[in-house]
Amino acid sequence: MTELPNPQPKPGWREWLLTDAPASRGQARAAAWYAGWLALRGNTLAMFGLLVLLFLILCALFAPLLASQDPFVQDLGARLLPPGSEGYIFGTDSLGRDIYSRLLYGARISLYIVALVALVAPLLGLIIGTIAGYAGGWVDVVLMRFTDIFLAFPRLILALAFVAALGAGIENAVLAISLTAWPPYARIARAETLTIRNSDYIHAIRLQGAGPVRIITRHVWPLCISSLVIRVTLDMAGIILTAAGLGFLGLGAQPPSPEWGAMVSEGRKYILDHWWVATIPGLAIFAISLAFNLLGDGLRDVLDPKESKS
Amino acid sequence: MKHRNLLRTTAIVAALMGGVAAPVMAETPPNMLVIANRIDDIKTFDPAESFEFAGADVSRNVYQKLVNFDPMDLDAGYQPDIAESWEVAEDGKSITFTIAEGNTFSSGNPVRAEDVVFSLTRAVKLDKTPSFILTQFGFTPDNVDEMITADGNTVTIKLDKEYAVSFVLNCLTATIGGIVDMETAMANEVDGDMGNEWLRTNTAGSGPYKVMEWKPNESVLMDLNPNFAGEKPAMERVIVQHIQESATQRLQLERGDIDVARNLSPEDVAGLEGVEGVKIVDELRGRLMYFSANQKNEMLSDPKVLEALKLATDYEGMANSFLKGQYTVHQAFLPLTFLGALEDKPFSYDMDAAKAALAESGHPDCGPIKISVREAQERLDIAQSLQNTWGQLGCDIELVVGTGAQTLDRYRAREHDIYLGAWGPDYPDPNTNAGTFAYNPDNSDEAGATGLLAWRNAWDAGPMSDATLAAVQENDTDARREMYLEIQKEHQQVSPFGVMFQQIEQNGMGASVENFVAGGATTAVSYWVITK
Amino acid sequence: MSEISQTRDGQQGLAVPPWLKKLVATLLTVAVTLLGLLFVTFMIGRVMPIDPVLAVIGERATQAQYDAAFKELGLDKSLLEQFLIYVRDVLSGDFGKSIRTGQEVTTDIARVFPATLELATLGTVIGIVLGVPLGVMAAVYRGSWIDQLARFVGLIGYSMPIFWLGLVGLLIFYGILDWVEGPGRLGVFYQGLVPERTGLLLVDSAIAGDWTVFKNAFGHIILPASLLGYYSLAYISRMTRSFMLEQLNSEYVTTARVKGLSERKVIWRHAFRNIRIQLITVIALAYANLLEGSVLTEIIFAWPGLGSYITTSLLANDMNSVLGGTVVIGTIFVALNIFSDLLYRVFDPRAK
Repeated sequence: MTELPNPQPKPGWREWLLTDAPASRGQARAAAWYAGWLALRGNTLAMFGLLVLLFLILCALFAPLLASQDPFVQDLGARLLPPGSEGYIFGTDSLGRDIYSRLLYGARISLYIVALVALVAPLLGLIIGTIAGYAGGWVDVVLMRFTDIFLAFPRLILALAFVAALGAGIENAVLAISLTAWPPYARIARAETLTIRNSDYIHAIRLQGAGPVRIITRHVWPLCISSLVIRVTLDMAGIILTAAGLGFLGLGAQPPSPEWGAMVSEGRKYILDHWWVATIPGLAIFAISLAFNLLGDGLRDVLDPKESKS
Repeated sequence: MKHRNLLRTTAIVAALMGGVAAPVMAETPPNMLVIANRIDDIKTFDPAESFEFAGADVSRNVYQKLVNFDPMDLDAGYQPDIAESWEVAEDGKSITFTIAEGNTFSSGNPVRAEDVVFSLTRAVKLDKTPSFILTQFGFTPDNVDEMITADGNTVTIKLDKEYAVSFVLNCLTATIGGIVDMETAMANEVDGDMGNEWLRTNTAGSGPYKVMEWKPNESVLMDLNPNFAGEKPAMERVIVQHIQESATQRLQLERGDIDVARNLSPEDVAGLEGVEGVKIVDELRGRLMYFSANQKNEMLSDPKVLEALKLATDYEGMANSFLKGQYTVHQAFLPLTFLGALEDKPFSYDMDAAKAALAESGHPDCGPIKISVREAQERLDIAQSLQNTWGQLGCDIELVVGTGAQTLDRYRAREHDIYLGAWGPDYPDPNTNAGTFAYNPDNSDEAGATGLLAWRNAWDAGPMSDATLAAVQENDTDARREMYLEIQKEHQQVSPFGVMFQQIEQNGMGASVENFVAGGATTAVSYWVITK
Repeated sequence: MSEISQTRDGQQGLAVPPWLKKLVATLLTVAVTLLGLLFVTFMIGRVMPIDPVLAVIGERATQAQYDAAFKELGLDKSLLEQFLIYVRDVLSGDFGKSIRTGQEVTTDIARVFPATLELATLGTVIGIVLGVPLGVMAAVYRGSWIDQLARFVGLIGYSMPIFWLGLVGLLIFYGILDWVEGPGRLGVFYQGLVPERTGLLLVDSAIAGDWTVFKNAFGHIILPASLLGYYSLAYISRMTRSFMLEQLNSEYVTTARVKGLSERKVIWRHAFRNIRIQLITVIALAYANLLEGSVLTEIIFAWPGLGSYITTSLLANDMNSVLGGTVVIGTIFVALNIFSDLLYRVFDPRAK
């Protein structure tokens, strides 16, 4: 999360944001975000996580500039060189490719996967959850039973099954992870919808003649989004680990793509004599998911004071 | 990490722990052989059905055959086993075997001519995947009872036409030629399956060993067949344990937990170098690595494009790096040590020549090519190397990775562009490979000859098909050799197959283990001669 | 329980005891869930671009052999028909045969499930033994170093790719230090030494009194179980901490303190007592997660359990095995959920 762009960047914006009496809904919302940001800024670990994440995003963005080698070019004469070798900070892999450059490009894949899953899964959950919650009755029963079935599935195995059915590849991995990740979002969205559904505000809109589709998309969804966004942020690390797990099993990004999980898998053969080939990408996965977790933990503190500083 | 460091660390840690956690160096009992191998491909032990590498390893030690290879002298070719002698009829269309006295099944039943007839006709009637090895001589489930018959202590096999005797006998050394105890098999028959179900998990042979226990994907345990007629083997119990990872096999070998490690990677072989008490034994096997181009693809059917691809393959580079020690460059479809194997290597990595060939072709800019490859590290490495060097030609290479069944499925449906695969001989005769790489009499889709590699690549082998047929009938060995050499020479140039490597199996074993023979290019492992 | 008291006063004519109604409803829900689970898995298997026939007959088969096997597997029937036949067979206890191992799926699962059960159980025990005290301490000394430690341990646990940690763990503890045994469940020589009673090697060897086998089996299981234990520790300690905080901030604790009860009594007798039920729910969930989530661990440690069984079967499109395995895991998951639900209803004062 970053600071929202301020619509009126004139001196005194802090006062505007911190006012006790917001003049508009926009200002109130901005003020709430800003207060959250201030709280988050006070949390050292969360800020550390955010910094690591920003660093990784920058690495991914500027990978072509930062990379010392082409991540795909092989040099069979310079394979399995240890870290610190001339020109290869993190050494080379079994085909003589530069691990450092592959890591940089791999960051793009990881972030790409997280971004896509973070878009697809909550959307799926949102649609199913709000429909169930809004319609009620047998629609609710059927949809929620459906959700339960997916919840009862072993998640990694379900993801595996989907990838096996769809064929290996990044997009399919994203789809598979999303298909296994949506049930909790559907439950949250349904719970939110249930509380919103009977509010006077929705009644009023309904009296004005708005149809269910319009009500759900225009009025229910916006209110569900903030709780979903928070939940997604908390789940990011899990998404990264699942994606890496799929890559490790050979079902994620396909070679020669430098997906980190697949890199660990490739390096596992050499672990006894050339530990770095598997260890370094593993550390990268650890770093990015730790960063997400630190940030998520901080967010939780901000949003749910009960658990921390009370 | 060098091994010496590893040992030193171990020693220091052990000292620090005051011996509490000191490693106990295990040692396998002297009459027991413990092997680490990948055996997850075993589906059945029934010789009429078994067609997997690990299954063949078991079968060879459990079932005797009419004729068989002597593990101490594989080059000598087939030798008497259950048949003490054989005679070929003058017209060359039937062979009569005399069954040796004294062989006994593990049940105690003697091995009779009836058992031989039962086993061979049974394999034809069950019609499982490997049955083609026998049915190529004209047997069908309907006629086989007349074609293979017993008379006293002789068995006569009638053929539909004259074949090279070596071809017929070589086929009988394959797993499907294993002789099963008729009484035991039929006693366990269910719904007319001739004991197929029972023999999947049990064995009834007259070989040196019998299977005591099989846990799929875990282990196979074999004990001596108490009734084995031959010399009593030194190893009274053989345990083959499924260990997937090379690194694990290596550590277990270093610790003395196992006697033989069969799937060591080049890096782990290098890591074992100089380790006391461990040795590496190299053995040339029959498995080939090749790529092949689907001739339905217009660009890939251009001979110049094929030539460019063959020239843009870094054979030596791969063989000297990630395949080091485990594959040798080989470019003909018959593996070395097979009769008529061609040693010529007309192609070597030459980017300029490759570019020149491509420029002469109808597709000077190359184009998109998909390489279909199985999810297995070694093949992925080869595929990535091809992607790298072919990419330099300007081709746009995409790897399509899938499980074994997935890639095979596409291959059999002729839907691939390039297939990167491995091929192991089915029986120790040159026809096993010639009959699939260079034989395709009907290239139409309707023919559905999914068993033929040439058909899978939609390649009409033309006159080569006839040459292949002629070669199996040539009884003069030298002439037969020449015929195969000729076929391979032409095949190298015109076929859409790029044979690249032949496998060398590097087995790690305890220094005292002697006579471990994995079976060369022709057969499987023989535990009964091993000592340690 | 509100529903029960309602119906007790209620006016129904039929003499169906309310608990029976409840039971029937629950069983129906479970049945529908499991059926749905089967259906989804079944359909995935059927649309999967892996040909199960090839897995049976291998690369060299002719078209005729292919067609014969195709028919034998029942693939010539319509999808729905295949599914109904499958369900009918399952109801009569026949899960079919695995095409990969050639054995009955029930035999296969009976062989692999105890391995997973043993691993997950030991992992959960480790998670509880370490996680609960850590969580309690973290809550009691909130903000202290121990709280930070608990948080740190948890965060690391949540962030570590388990397949990688397993690899590094094997390298260090087996490859270099040689403190533990390698992959697999038992050393080669120790196999078949103790009679199989439960399939849990630690239990079997203890019953047989064969401590060398026990020691070897323990050496094999301890590393993967510790890894899994670490993951459930992370979860259990975090939840324990949060439950305890809630209690420690409540009025009755303050009252108890004011009354002069020792801090130990306040923590363990009062606060901890009150979170027991919540904790059991959390532990049940953690346990279910380990049972289903041990796939990667099993693969790294060559652990012949249900997770690796399902995975390898899946990749070979051996759908009978996958379906059988999924039913087992699904059932456990649902059962544990119902169990914790029940606990809540029976013991949680708020639910009454």
